[in-house]
Amino acid sequence: MTHDAELLEPIEDVEAFAARARSWLAENMERETGGRGLGFQQLRSDEEELAAIARCRELQRKLFDGGLAGICVPREYGGQGLTPAHQAALNRELVGYEYPAETQVPTFTPCMAVILEFGTEEQKRNHIPAILKGEELWMQFLSEPSGGSDVAGAQTTAVRDGEEWVMNGSKIWTTGAWWADWGLCLARTNWDVPKHRGLSVFLMKIHQPGIEIHRIEMLNGSREFCQEFITDVRVPDSDRVGEVDQGWTVGVRWMYHERTVGGGSPYVTRPANVRTADAVPEGPARLLKLARAQGSLETGKTRELIGESYAGDTVGAVLTSWVTRQIRTGETTDQAAAITRLYGGTNAVRNASIGFELAGSSGVAWSEDDTTLTGISYLMRQAACIAGGTTEMSRNVISERVLGMPRERSSDRDIPFREVPRSAPSR
Amino acid sequence: MFERSPDQELLAETTRKFLEAECPSTALRALADSAAGYESDLWRRGAELGWSSLVVSEAAGGGSVSESGVFDLMLVAYEFGSHAAPGPLLPVNVVAAALGRWGSDKQQADVLQSILAGESVAAWALAEPAPGDGIGEVALQAVSDGGSIVLNGRKSPVEAGAQADYFLVTAQHESGLSQFIVPRGAPGVRVTPLRALDMTRRFARVDFDGVRLAPDAAVGELGAAVPAVDWLIDLAVVIQLGEIVGAMQWSFDTTLEWAFNRLSFGRPLASYQEIKHRFADMKMWLEASHAITDSAARAVEANAADRAVVVSAAKSYVGRYGPELVQDCVQMHGGIGVTFDHDLHLYLRRVATNVPVFGTPAQHAVRISRILEALEGAR
Repeated sequence: MTHDAELLEPIEDVEAFAARARSWLAENMERETGGRGLGFQQLRSDEEELAAIARCRELQRKLFDGGLAGICVPREYGGQGLTPAHQAALNRELVGYEYPAETQVPTFTPCMAVILEFGTEEQKRNHIPAILKGEELWMQFLSEPSGGSDVAGAQTTAVRDGEEWVMNGSKIWTTGAWWADWGLCLARTNWDVPKHRGLSVFLMKIHQPGIEIHRIEMLNGSREFCQEFITDVRVPDSDRVGEVDQGWTVGVRWMYHERTVGGGSPYVTRPANVRTADAVPEGPARLLKLARAQGSLETGKTRELIGESYAGDTVGAVLTSWVTRQIRTGETTDQAAAITRLYGGTNAVRNASIGFELAGSSGVAWSEDDTTLTGISYLMRQAACIAGGTTEMSRNVISERVLGMPRERSSDRDIPFREVPRSAPSR
Repeated sequence: MFERSPDQELLAETTRKFLEAECPSTALRALADSAAGYESDLWRRGAELGWSSLVVSEAAGGGSVSESGVFDLMLVAYEFGSHAAPGPLLPVNVVAAALGRWGSDKQQADVLQSILAGESVAAWALAEPAPGDGIGEVALQAVSDGGSIVLNGRKSPVEAGAQADYFLVTAQHESGLSQFIVPRGAPGVRVTPLRALDMTRRFARVDFDGVRLAPDAAVGELGAAVPAVDWLIDLAVVIQLGEIVGAMQWSFDTTLEWAFNRLSFGRPLASYQEIKHRFADMKMWLEASHAITDSAARAVEANAADRAVVVSAAKSYVGRYGPELVQDCVQMHGGIGVTFDHDLHLYLRRVATNVPVFGTPAQHAVRISRILEALEGAR
């Protein structure tokens, strides 16, 4: 992240930066009203969703104009050329303010992070300032209906035709593709080599002829996730990221950036999960309310569950800074981000169960005016251990890449991808 | 690994080398049948390395290698945990911290200095038997009677109770919670050693039966001990956490090596996905325990506003997953893991011993909820 140009002038002191951010936020941003859930956990109408996205673009533009967008992005691409410590300071100052929530993930990370790392000069200049201004929202064209965790087994195909590539296939689990602008797409460019050696990465405009977007209805009624059907879409070679057939080099870092979305990414602007000594955090506050409504707060078991939930969240927050620091200092490999991903998933699952337990029968049969929806969150519980790479994959990564244990046996490593047994698409 | 300064690393390394040389597992086994569980000479030499003086100010005769004595003590406790080491580390440091902060000049001269030198041992008589065994729950009575104070009640378990030269006794006085320093030989003090799970750590039941004290036995102001006791409990928990994490790390490292070297069906254990995934979980628990213990030590050091809730979050998490990790390590070893000859049980004993004392994980979770409820009520 350090560039020669930036070495010429001293980097702004973190404290001074924090003070600048504090006064700018106070003057320019609104206080947050009401909490936000994960995209697929909150049920909004399409109108509400589009309004939220428009608002998000506005807020991102305000941050950009205020010199607070892309803290760790080099100045030549419209960023601030500062450090993760500055980003962390901004995130602390941001607590309590409205902020551009929907641009952060996956636009800033992993998409922008990947472009910054592997993009050509032209690609960076074309897209990164636009991203920082809120003009481009990005999605990951990564998973496919034929395989979930096995992302390197992508079957979406790009065939070279002069200075263009012709793309065909299907991508799935793209959040909000129906309102986003661009996709980062992993595609197969060579079927005659082993699977990791025949992939390439492309930048792809989402709304264009040949891309049909189908919205998937989740069991909770959310229609945030999409599936795209790609038919004869032509992508210029100048929109290829990284070398032809070397896409997995990009993919490995892409996966790394994806594991930092829950915390630890230097590109994400999001109110810090700060424990203030004088306020009850949102999660436990919700549980306390639930327990009071059920009249069960006075029991030891209920208090135990509330305390367990608070402890789980607190440990998660310090674990993220702990692992992030170790990666930064080189004490551990960047693959250790899988530890925080595993923790985040299992902790969220536990919290959903605690909520459902405290809700009692109100979790399964509730009155019209009760918007807690604890039962619905419980039904969606496993999403936290599936989305963004399953926790089983995290456990593989931790044991193999962090602890150095032997790799799983696989039947697809040294044979041409064409000959690898494949399952039919799941949808 | 905890982030540390070169001076802190030196303290940890000196402790590590000393324990490696003096307390190999053969020595620990030899101590199993001894009454005290440690040799006084070893404790005195440890005191020279700083083990007893880290959380006492220089003005009071102590001193540490950094500005954060509590963190330094946690680092020493971590080494104790990773060697299942003997010695009254926790009780001595808690009492020394109390005397260093709130003790009178006379108490500091007469009692604290010999504790710091490792010549005397002190024990904290706080906990009481069930059902009055909530965190910090105290019923033992201290009554002003003429010019003196009379103690009546039972304390249990008291770590190093049978080895202590002095007790710091936490009692209910008509003016409120109070603490007193009581010499072992005071009439009416009856010490009954208990059998203990740990190889080298000893506990006792101590009865105070009409123990008569001079008023200057009070440590700090009479009736005003609540904040001191709360802080000391959190200090004690941080020492426990350091030990648990040290024992977790030893167990994890040892078992990881075992998994690489042990062949089964012609393959290393480490090549089975079921085993790999369990190691991944253990690695997560281990790093999370490190991280939250680090935070807890810093919160106690700074006496931060959220100190209690952070410490309780730490104890409720580490107290749950610490023993879980060591038990999983036993499982990975198979039958050899539950034999006396294998060292794993030394660590399992140490971790298990630290779990219920100064609050079970469940009690700490309840403490968190009560703090949050009070916060909501205060707004």
